[in-house]
Parts: sequence; structure tokens; C-alpha cells
Amino acid sequence: MLLVNEHPVTLPHATKLTIGELAALHKPGADIFIVNGYPVSAETLVKDGDTCTLIRRGEIPTGEELEALLAARHTPGIHSKIKTGCIAILGLGGLGSTVAGAMAKIGIGKMLISDYDRVEPSNLNRQHYFVDQIGMMKTRALKDNLLRMNPSLSLQLIEEQLTESNLALFFRHVDVLIECFDDPAMKAATLRSVLSQMPNVAYVGSSGMAGYGENNSILTRMIRPGIYIVGDETSAAQPGQGLMAPRVGIAAHHQANQALRLLLEADPGRISGQ
Amino acid sequence: MNITLNGTQKVFPSAHTLSQLLADLQLPPETIVVELNTLIIQPDCYSETTLSEGDTVEIIRFVGGG
Repeated sequence: MLLVNEHPVTLPHATKLTIGELAALHKPGADIFIVNGYPVSAETLVKDGDTCTLIRRGEIPTGEELEALLAARHTPGIHSKIKTGCIAILGLGGLGSTVAGAMAKIGIGKMLISDYDRVEPSNLNRQHYFVDQIGMMKTRALKDNLLRMNPSLSLQLIEEQLTESNLALFFRHVDVLIECFDDPAMKAATLRSVLSQMPNVAYVGSSGMAGYGENNSILTRMIRPGIYIVGDETSAAQPGQGLMAPRVGIAAHHQANQALRLLLEADPGRISGQ
Repeated sequence: MNITLNGTQKVFPSAHTLSQLLADLQLPPETIVVELNTLIIQPDCYSETTLSEGDTVEIIRFVGGG
């Protein structure tokens, strides 16, 4: 027996069947074949116990088909780690809305998205919202956008105004906290809170990404295991040096990749007491 | 006063408290995280936290934008 698009199928006895032939029987017109999480050609033989996903290019895939496509892209072992990961994004501006998009696309297990503000016209030069979303809560506008990218996401919206004293209440159980605030005082407060009140939470903060300075001056610096800061650590947003989509996007994707590296244990996470 | 600041030994002749050290360094106190001998110091304690010879201070500074 094997699983074809989540349905059990019994293989005819003593016949060798290719995935292409299986597709002709169960999903005519399918032209993307995934066996046990890996993309394969139509000539690949299937055997008992295989999990097969058959997809028609150009057709809107179901949740299961999307899941199989993601696993095939990432390889199954990697995808299962991403799928069980839980991250929090604090601040849904140029950094936060971009980080959220990257994490949604790779199929993160659970995402807490936090902001108490509404979409304003001045946000649209760098933040991933649309003109027709002006006036909406950023949490809800982003939720709509993220679910269009990946309908099977699990999202939790947090619309409180965060302070140093309530941060741990909301975020002490996440795997990785990604700080995307605008205000430097809240940035500092977040790092203090993570260091002193969230001993098991990895942290990816941000400092310095305004203007159009050199690409490669945006760095990811490890402060200590599990604690990382992204940015050039000097370019503040100020008159004459605004925040712009390209450089904010570089920093955001540094943050997203750092969060992914932490989820996949490619970089050291928190060490208790540090 | 000899202090190891972010891994480098430095002399701060007039810094007896954390507040004075931050003033010497011209750092806005609300935008930084300060660790004194591996202990996180809350901002409202900067002025009453005294420094001693040989202390290790780590300062992480944040600038605005996100």
C-alpha cells in the first residue's frame, strides 16, 4: 500500500509501476511528482510504503499539496524542524513585515505577530502592505497578506502596547524572538528582557539599517550564544537618512535567515544563565 | 578607574558610577543595554550603581529604525 495525495492506494500485485503511470490513474495531467519528500521524474518506480504527491502545474494546490511542495523544496528533515518552530516578530514595520513574509513562505510552524499600530501611507515605501490596507491594524493586514502566501500558517496576533515588564508574559515560550521595533529604547528594553527573563528564548535584534549605505556593512553579530544583532549598528533613522525598502530588506532577511539558522541548530542557541 | 569595556581595557578617571561612565561615553542611557560583571543593570539603577577597579562592562547600543 502507498499514500497518494494523502489517500491510501493498493499497488497491483507483481507489477512495476512508475510515478507517471500512477499519476495517469489517480491524477491525470499531473506533472510534478514528489516521492517521500523528494521531487522525482515520471519514470521513477514506486513501491509499497511510499508517500506520493501528484501536482498539476498551474492549478492552485490544496494545503497538503503545498505542504508536500515545501517539504520537497527543503528536504523532509529540514522542513519538519521548520514546521515545529515557533517565532515571535515584535514590530510589524519595514523589518517585521518582511521577516514575516520570509518565514511564512518557508512554512514556519507558528508565528506570533505583534504591533499596536495601523497602516499609514508613509509606511508603504518599505513595509509589505497595500494601498487599500491603509487604516487597518498592521496585525490584521499582515495576517491577510501572509495567509495569501501560505494558507496553512498558524498565526497569533498581539495588539497590546508592549513594555519591558510585559514582554516575557507574551513571548517566554517561543523558540526565537525577532525584534523589529523602530524605537531604540524598546529595542534595548527587549534585549534586557530576553537576557534577564527569557533564559530559553533565542533573540535576533536589529540596530542600524537606515539610508542607502553599503550592502555589506549590514552584519549579523553574535553577542553570545543565542543572542544576535543585525545591522550596521550606527545608521539611525533621522532627518536626511530615512528608512528605505532595499536596505531595510537586507537587514530583515539577515534576521530571517538568522532565525532559521537557530531553528535548524546551525548556530548555537541560548546557554542557560548567559 | 580601570574598566574593561566591551573587551578592551580603558581608563576612566572620573567615572565612579554607571551614569558617569555613560556620560563620559556620551551614550543616551535609554537606548543601551548595560551588563556589569555579567549582571544586567536596569536603567533606573544607573546612577546608584558604583564602579570598582577592574570591573567588566559590556554595553550594547541601539539606534532607531525598523
